[in-house]
Amino acid sequence: MNDDFTGNARHSRLAQFHIDTPLLLGLLALIGFGLMVLYSASGQSIVMMERQIIRLGIALAVMVAFAQIKPQTLKRWSFPLFLVGVALLVAVMLVGSVGKGAQRWLDLGFMMFQPSEVMKLAVPMAVAWFIASHSLPPRIWHLLGGALLCIVPTLLIAQQPDLGTSILIATAGVFVLFLSGMSWRLIAVVAGLISAFLPILWLFLMREYQRQRVLTFLNPESDPLGSGYHIIQSKIAIGSGGFDGKGWLHGTQSQLEFLPERHTDFIFAVLSEEFGMLGVLMLLAIYLFIIVRCMIISSRAQDNYSKLVAGSFTLTFFVYVFVNIGMVSGLLPVVGVPLPLISFGGTSMVTLMAAFGVIMSVGTHKRMLAAP
Amino acid sequence: MFKKRVAIQDFAAESRLFNQRAVFAILFVVLMFSIIVFNQYQLQVVSYQDYQTRSEGNRIKVVPLAPNRGLIYDRSGILLAENRPVFSLELVPEQIKDMTATLAELAALIEFSAEQQDAFLKQVRAQRRFNSITLKEQLNDQEVAILAVNQHRFPGVTVEARLSRHYPFGDLFTHALGYIGKINTRELQQLELDGEAANYAASRDIGKIGLERFYQRELHGTMGYQEVEVNNRGRLIRVLRSVPAVSGQNIYLGLDVGLQLTAQQILKQHRGAIVAIDPRDGAVLAFYSNPSYDANLFVHGISSANYNELLNSRDRPLINRVTQGVYPPASTIKPHLALLGLETRTITTSTKIWDPGYYTLPNSDHRFRDHIRWGHGWVDIYTAITKSCDTFFYDMGIKLGIDRISEYMHKMGFGEKTGIDILEESSANMPSRGWKRARHNQPWYPGDTVPLSIGQSYWTTTPLQLAVATTPLLNRGKLVTPHMVTAFSNGETTAANNLPPRQVLEVENEQNYAVVMDTMHQTVSILGGTAHRAFIGAQYSSAGKTGTAQLAAIAQDAKYDADAIDERLRDNAMYLGYAPHDKPTILVVVALENAGGGGSNAAPLARQLMDYYFTAGVNTDE
Repeated sequence: MNDDFTGNARHSRLAQFHIDTPLLLGLLALIGFGLMVLYSASGQSIVMMERQIIRLGIALAVMVAFAQIKPQTLKRWSFPLFLVGVALLVAVMLVGSVGKGAQRWLDLGFMMFQPSEVMKLAVPMAVAWFIASHSLPPRIWHLLGGALLCIVPTLLIAQQPDLGTSILIATAGVFVLFLSGMSWRLIAVVAGLISAFLPILWLFLMREYQRQRVLTFLNPESDPLGSGYHIIQSKIAIGSGGFDGKGWLHGTQSQLEFLPERHTDFIFAVLSEEFGMLGVLMLLAIYLFIIVRCMIISSRAQDNYSKLVAGSFTLTFFVYVFVNIGMVSGLLPVVGVPLPLISFGGTSMVTLMAAFGVIMSVGTHKRMLAAP
Repeated sequence: MFKKRVAIQDFAAESRLFNQRAVFAILFVVLMFSIIVFNQYQLQVVSYQDYQTRSEGNRIKVVPLAPNRGLIYDRSGILLAENRPVFSLELVPEQIKDMTATLAELAALIEFSAEQQDAFLKQVRAQRRFNSITLKEQLNDQEVAILAVNQHRFPGVTVEARLSRHYPFGDLFTHALGYIGKINTRELQQLELDGEAANYAASRDIGKIGLERFYQRELHGTMGYQEVEVNNRGRLIRVLRSVPAVSGQNIYLGLDVGLQLTAQQILKQHRGAIVAIDPRDGAVLAFYSNPSYDANLFVHGISSANYNELLNSRDRPLINRVTQGVYPPASTIKPHLALLGLETRTITTSTKIWDPGYYTLPNSDHRFRDHIRWGHGWVDIYTAITKSCDTFFYDMGIKLGIDRISEYMHKMGFGEKTGIDILEESSANMPSRGWKRARHNQPWYPGDTVPLSIGQSYWTTTPLQLAVATTPLLNRGKLVTPHMVTAFSNGETTAANNLPPRQVLEVENEQNYAVVMDTMHQTVSILGGTAHRAFIGAQYSSAGKTGTAQLAAIAQDAKYDADAIDERLRDNAMYLGYAPHDKPTILVVVALENAGGGGSNAAPLARQLMDYYFTAGVNTDE
């Protein structure tokens, strides 16, 4: 405990509240940049800015709250939380509200609640809890047990249908298995199995609209005014930004509304257009800083559970960033993934900040754990 | 034993394993970010120009601006063709999802005919893309208001204020001015061939006939354009650059509203034409064909009922009788032949022949009758013209022969287009041996020359051609080019439309012209002259020649009885006159279909026109 108070004053004061200063600065830099881009992307809408700032405030509060919870407490609650999450997913399947063609929400009377958001945290936590209760590297039975913990909620979410979220949740669980030291040979086998599974996914599991998205991704010019419109306009916005951009608030693709979904999923195109490649490099630098910082926190964590949870959350965060940028710039098919902490919206931001809260908790509680 | 190995956790090894995986993960993240950076480089640096161009193409639209059509004025500056703002209902087909439903909903709001709808749909198929197409023109205030209120229900439907051509004098100038109408596919192709299509990007109308067609280029002007920034719904955000259109040139005519009204007034009872030109330079002073029709009917697309009525009318109002009315000139060409006779010394002023009331060719007993059954007795060139003796000209014609007549009359402008500045013109017919061989596959007989010598049989002319072919008589051989436009103006500078004479005849003897003009003056001035009665009491001295063209073949020795034959086979009345007789400033041709004798029917109308000309002071040169 004494160590905490031997650091510099700035660090120690925030550390009292279990806040990791470099990570916080990274997040604040990202949020600041994001608000600037959103102001432009929303057509300088003060109303949207207010809503986003309120949401960010709530998310930061959630982060601070989660940071206060000791990793041991989290570990203890991991599996019960997972069970509650599964129960909620079953409830959604039975009595959930239908919106946009999918049954994803529970109507709690005062708000709509999306249980899959809980599972973004609960699945990696439960898998980490399970794996960490044995020594590392995990044995095949432990890996299978961990895989089972991933598969159940994944299928429940996939049938809503919400393929994107289900894959991300499965990925978060798989990251735990990867970080726990699952053998490369096994990783190769699993990768082989997944590629064998892809045709089945395409033929039997994917819906028509999902297949269409992939086809559009492969050749957006085939339907420039229909399903290809988003990606074409997005690439025009990015490409026309050039190296140094058209300037803040001066992106013609975004300001004149040629770019669809510009304040939500496609906000990266607005950033690219107005700030150019320089802006993109800056954004990627901030993201990389956050990811590296989180991985350092993970590797410094005292126990395996903490390492695995923090590491998985970090890599999941990266996946969000990569998938969003990849889809907006034409590297990946269009899936509804927002750009973390930049896109306007929703519950996913609160979940994300909760995850950063957990990481901060891991980073700041370790010395108390270190006491023999 | 081995279970122990499981039970005891090797924290250092576990930590090392995790760190390896963490480092691997970071390297993977860096690799993935590198892919993003590489892709961004491809998009934003390598393909920058391409995407930049596409981005500009998205937001910048070039909107063509139609120039205002030039105005048309009469000789004293009275507006004959103007541009009026009108509201029209226009649709952009590409912006309308369900055309049938939209038309049905519009029909519930404002009235438009099935015919208008058909015309609209036809245009939709033919027009250039992304142009708005007019469904209904000339909306009234109430319709404009109804459409404005319901605008939100109809994307792609707009009410446009446009300038529309209007002819304030209705039917008075139709055959001269012509009219404009919508550019059709054929005209568009022609514009493309001429390389003019780009200049018409914003234009919807084009001159269809008359001056509007002939001077299309001058009247149209030069298109301007605006570069505008638009949003994704095509709404105009701001104007980036604007190049104003250059209005077409205004044109000034030699026509005079007062003379024109007089011509219309005096022609009221007749099918026929009146044309008056200034014989010195060919400027057209009056140009009226009766019956006429309202040119405004055509500007907004004439209804088929109206059009069929015009097309099928027995009086054929669509024919421009001044330039397309092909009439036998009858005796009005006697002065022209007289000049040829004098110039070729076939006759002299003292040549006299005996007229028994008929003429026979050698070795033939067919009698070519004079219009005076008992004959004129001894006739010289003066009497032959003032009293319009046919026999004298039969005789002279045979002596001249078809070849000389044909060649010389062509030189004077007969059988040739006059080159007036409208395209609806017939060259009529001045026959020759070659013509008859080609047309009828027959040789030319002397019997053909006889009636030709009094402007009958194969010889035809238009009223304008007759007037123009008379100018060499008054101008010592100079044949003018007739023209309605006397000046162009771009608002600042005015350029006169001076045209050189089309042709100048070689003159053998200047005196011959004076003789011919003298005979024509005597036709009016001396008692017994065929036009004398018509001009009794005129305040000016004039000259002229009457003509009565026989349309029905009259049997040998039979008597012409106007009442006994079909009205439309009755004689045409012709009159060719000018004034003042010694220094003419106005030359008039009157042609009346089936009106009877020229002296009694056509000459009085020419008199009325000249009366107006001299009393109203149209003749500003004097």
